[in-house]
Amino acid sequence: MADMKELANLVKELEDQLVTCIRCGMCQSVCPLFEQTRKEADVARGKLALLTGLMENMFTDPDGVNERLNRCLLCGSCAANCPSGVNVVEIFIKARAILAEYKGLSPAKKLIFRQLLAHPGRFDALVDWAGRFQGLFAKPDANAQGTSCARLVSPLLSHRHFMPLSASPFHKILPEKGLITTGSGPRVAIFTGCLIDKIFPGVAHASLKVLSHHNVGVVIPPGQGCCGIPSLASGDRDSFTRLVDHNLALFEKYDFDVLVTACATCTSTIKKLWPSVYKNPSPGMQKKLTALSEKTMDINQFLVDQVGIEPIETNLEDAEKEIVTYHDPCHLKKSLGVADQPRQVIRAAGCRLAEMAGSDKCCGMGGSFNVYHYDLSSAIGILKEHNIEATGCTTVSTGCPACMMQISDMLGKAGSPIRVRHPMELYAKSLETHTP
Amino acid sequence: MIQKSILEELKKIVGPPHLLTQKEDMLTYSYDAAVLDPVMPAAAVIPETKDQVGDIIALCAENHIPITVRGSGTNLSGGTIPYASGIVILTGRMNKIIEINEADMYAVVEPGVVTAALAAEVEKRGLFYPPDPGSMAVSTIGGNVAENAGGLRGLKYGVTKDYVMGLRFFDSQGNYIKTGSKTVKCATGYNITGLMVGSEGTLGILDQVILKLIPAPKARQAMVAVYDTIEQASETVAGIISARIVPATLEILDNFTIRAVEDFSKAGLPTDAAALLLIEVDGHPAVVAEEAAQVKALCLKMGARTIDQAKDDAQRDKIWAARRAALSALAQLKPTLVLEDATVPRSRIPDMVRALQRIGQKYRIDIGTFGHAGDGNLHPTILTDRRNKEEFLRVEQAIEEIFDVALSMGGTLSGEHGTGIAKAPFLEKEAGYSSILFSRQLRAALDPNNILNPGKITGV
Repeated sequence: MADMKELANLVKELEDQLVTCIRCGMCQSVCPLFEQTRKEADVARGKLALLTGLMENMFTDPDGVNERLNRCLLCGSCAANCPSGVNVVEIFIKARAILAEYKGLSPAKKLIFRQLLAHPGRFDALVDWAGRFQGLFAKPDANAQGTSCARLVSPLLSHRHFMPLSASPFHKILPEKGLITTGSGPRVAIFTGCLIDKIFPGVAHASLKVLSHHNVGVVIPPGQGCCGIPSLASGDRDSFTRLVDHNLALFEKYDFDVLVTACATCTSTIKKLWPSVYKNPSPGMQKKLTALSEKTMDINQFLVDQVGIEPIETNLEDAEKEIVTYHDPCHLKKSLGVADQPRQVIRAAGCRLAEMAGSDKCCGMGGSFNVYHYDLSSAIGILKEHNIEATGCTTVSTGCPACMMQISDMLGKAGSPIRVRHPMELYAKSLETHTP
Repeated sequence: MIQKSILEELKKIVGPPHLLTQKEDMLTYSYDAAVLDPVMPAAAVIPETKDQVGDIIALCAENHIPITVRGSGTNLSGGTIPYASGIVILTGRMNKIIEINEADMYAVVEPGVVTAALAAEVEKRGLFYPPDPGSMAVSTIGGNVAENAGGLRGLKYGVTKDYVMGLRFFDSQGNYIKTGSKTVKCATGYNITGLMVGSEGTLGILDQVILKLIPAPKARQAMVAVYDTIEQASETVAGIISARIVPATLEILDNFTIRAVEDFSKAGLPTDAAALLLIEVDGHPAVVAEEAAQVKALCLKMGARTIDQAKDDAQRDKIWAARRAALSALAQLKPTLVLEDATVPRSRIPDMVRALQRIGQKYRIDIGTFGHAGDGNLHPTILTDRRNKEEFLRVEQAIEEIFDVALSMGGTLSGEHGTGIAKAPFLEKEAGYSSILFSRQLRAALDPNNILNPGKITGV
């Protein structure tokens, strides 16, 4: 391990961003983790102070700061409400990278990120095998959410109701050379995303159906990798950069006007983090990343803003319509400002939208936060579950597969009959029912 | 440093997860929202019950350990910056609303209740808790009481001290003190409640607060007046007051602030305007209509270029969003923001505005001025970078001159942010040495070992 002075110098890279925090403490009003623990080290102001402390070489080892820095959902609620406009998520991600590079990744993370995730082919194959064997360890719940739970008490799975791996991941059904369709208007490339590919392939199928209904030409390159957010959240900027390289090279081969994803987290990662956190980009690379970022869009936003959708004609009275509530994924609303479009899609699908209290409050998933801090993650998720139930809805919809997993777990544990669907699934289903 | 045995005792009192001693955690309790040097405490405890608080204080009293209480750490005068050998008591778990009594219109709350949470609960019942400090989304009632926090509605509705009916607190020895009552009138004993409000944790440690509630106003009307000179705007403020109209809110934004807000929020504000007045009258619908018309006529008579009334709640919200964005927008311009709150008698607002402009030029610093013009409490906001030592020295000189000017007009150093550490050295200027001596004697009598938030207010 290098000495702490060197680490202090590394953190200095963040100084100009760190000094913009005026310590007003307003982040305490929106942080879902602080709401649970009420500890200053759990909220952005405290973590920014800790990073400043690291920069001023106040500690003898980095572990305490590192541990506290990782207790964060990276939901960006603080950044979205910050009077000073501190770019909290970017600072935290860069800081995690600096600390991980300084400390070295744990062997398990090294294996997962460097040997698996960074090699999309290998990752797909492994998940494919796991999908076939998961029945040995887990049993389906036979509930509205379609979750599974552990067959035996497992310390890793605890009492989670997790979404099973799909028996037929989306990439498996694609032609070997990828999918290319023609249409009128802008040409769309689809970035599938791991969770949609491997757990919710139905969302990808629904998206395809919707785009084809609106006569949008689509290209889906084969061999897509992960967007890189899991590596980045663990501070592995090298694997992240390799994944960006892989995906960028892949999509470069195709001609398209807009890159859409149905995953809020992928969209936000490609738009915001690819251009800002890529390790040492050449000027040419920076230009490419910025260009792609500008072309990237959430699928609901694309559909509403660029294609334009009309409500499905139904002869249902308002009272007869399916009641759907919508959860705003942090990576859509707080990161990208997309909140109205998914709602329009849900209404266009012939559903009655019933707003829940705190629809833009984080669901508590936070990717690896859920793995390492399941109790806190659940405590936050239960608040969401209560708000969903209080609307009297039969379906909760959200534009992020990670949120879908967390909400499914929470509803499953509560024994709720409420279904969890992506807006694309609702809209695609309405096309099935109402189009001649 | 605190002896290990004492830390063990503290751990026994609150339970192991609620005693923090690691250096990392201490760093996060070393500051508040004031621009001052941080000081790390020796430990932080998070009690949940009255008995735990009592036990902590008794232990500290016996061992002469300084105590600083911290709510959300949003105060702007350094009142929650702890003492190096002391502990911090966090009120985060003492956050229960014990009672909201609709018949007698009062609420009893624990000190860790967030101001906005109480205001929302009260509003659900058609009642109103008016004090609305800018940080109310996070600030706690305990902190508001300790700092005598103000807000936008001070002009008509007063500040925190006008709503505290009674308190339950521990003195420096750990004795439980009851003061005030749940009745509208109460004439027994000393007015200890009044003494405690604004005492910044130097006289006792709160356990419960009894707050007065009032009926919510039935109607309200917000307006924006646009001015070509800031003199006209500030003369209008004095004019409205002398016409015996008391708006609920009467705020001013200067050109520097208007441009910052517009850059930040694209709300469509007139960036060529020298000043805006944001005004709201409230009360009975007939009175609101009459007063709104009077205010409108007055603004135009005093030279307002235009005056617009909000036609619905959405327009009203837009007006107040612009005001709320002021601090945010200014904060984005430079790394360090020093928010002052020197306050003058309201008729002197025009003089104060002129003085601030002169001081900004004299010391070559950026001062954005906005604030509660209607109650004389402006917020000259200085934008700087604390790392620039030469400039920061000029900032400090400017602040001192702002203080002098405010005092020369019969004003005060702080309308609502408190004395804390930041203003303690200047208090003598305002109150004179004998007042400081009186305060120190009072303090020495009530806290002979000087363990209650040492160094704040009286400087010792």
